Amino acid sequence: MQNLANQILKQDIRAIARSISLIENETDISQKEALIDTLHPHCGNAIVWGITGPPGAGKSSLLDRFIEHLRQSNKKVAVIAVDPSSPFSGGAILGDRLRMQKHATDDGVFIRSMASRGHLGGVAGATADAIKVFDAAGFDYVIIETIGVGQTEIEVMELSDIVLLVLVPGLGDEIQAMKAGVMEIGDIFIINKKDLDGADRLKSEIEYVLSLKDSMESASNHSICMTSATQNDGIGDALAQIHSYFSSLHDDGRLAQKRKERIEKELKHIATTKIMASANRFLNIDQRLNDWVEEVFQKKASPYKLLNKKIGEFLQELNWQ
Amino acid sequence: MTKKIRILIAKPGLDGHDRGAKYVARALKDAGYEVIYTGIRQTPDAIVKTAIQEDVDFIGLSLLSGAHNELFPKVVDLLKLKNADDIIIFGGGVIPESDIPGLKEKGIRAVFTPGTPIKDIIAYIESAK
Repeated sequence: MQNLANQILKQDIRAIARSISLIENETDISQKEALIDTLHPHCGNAIVWGITGPPGAGKSSLLDRFIEHLRQSNKKVAVIAVDPSSPFSGGAILGDRLRMQKHATDDGVFIRSMASRGHLGGVAGATADAIKVFDAAGFDYVIIETIGVGQTEIEVMELSDIVLLVLVPGLGDEIQAMKAGVMEIGDIFIINKKDLDGADRLKSEIEYVLSLKDSMESASNHSICMTSATQNDGIGDALAQIHSYFSSLHDDGRLAQKRKERIEKELKHIATTKIMASANRFLNIDQRLNDWVEEVFQKKASPYKLLNKKIGEFLQELNWQ
Repeated sequence: MTKKIRILIAKPGLDGHDRGAKYVARALKDAGYEVIYTGIRQTPDAIVKTAIQEDVDFIGLSLLSGAHNELFPKVVDLLKLKNADDIIIFGGGVIPESDIPGLKEKGIRAVFTPGTPIKDIIAYIESAK
């Protein structure tokens, strides 16, 4: 494991790629855990962006332009592009990199496609640990591109320093922009395809929604940019706003706060997963489930009463009660 | 959890006909594999670097222009150069029967010509994985 970690720190491309598979496949959990723990001291230098927005908004195309600009200032960029897995076959078509393929031969760019494998929230279960691998390997930027399905896609906020929300004209009226969910996670709002009809109207609608929000939170300073990825228009301006937003996060301490919240979520997640796994093992849930289903189906037991009893027995056995 | 098989479907060279490649990509998705699609007009170098970053188990090369004897072996050689020749390469497209033995000799492990049922490709992947 030390060996794989060392290769990652030396920026060995194959080692990075293989360790992400190790994280994704979960075939060897203890090996994965040892790897992440070994990399941990080397993490925290990368700036993490999340890029989200509805399908077809132009997330990949914009990202392609951003990479171009970041490479001009010699920054190393890693991209994790998440696409959905089929709930039926478990297979996936991972096609985001199609629009970034001109960077394929650039050694300063690493693009990894990731299937969601049933994980909800717009990213994959392996995304959080994969960010650490790229961070430790010395990438200046790690950019997560979400699936792009909509209102529930908020997990990217918990993983990134800055969330770029890409919107396009023609998706609906301002009520869409007022709904809870995805609109609330954006730090920078990017209206792509700005040459289309309705782009200016969309901008004023977003400004209106944000003005309501900003009047309640003094610390927020959202910015809205307008771009056309295919025409390479407005990209420099958007990047300047992203960089200045990041500087303000860094300077006023919100970045450290965000990163602490990220660690808090991560620890809670690890704790819940591990407790669930041991409880499953002790209670033998998978094997006993059939009997329980039968009891509940035949009205011999009710769900809460049954499980409160079983879990009570389990805790008693552990002497927790 | 079990390991997921990842497959890169790539089109080297200047041929822009990608209906076959897209069909195979979609069918392999439906068979439960994770398929990465590069799009058309890829250089062998771009294909090999993509395969390594994506840590794929297989590369499927599709070519209809006639340059397969030139470009397929180039991908094999570059993979060897990068110590990644554990990745299995198969090919497809308009490839004359008489070219197939030569391609296999150069490291293309299987060749599927037009009309191949998709279940043959899946059976090959299952036997080689």
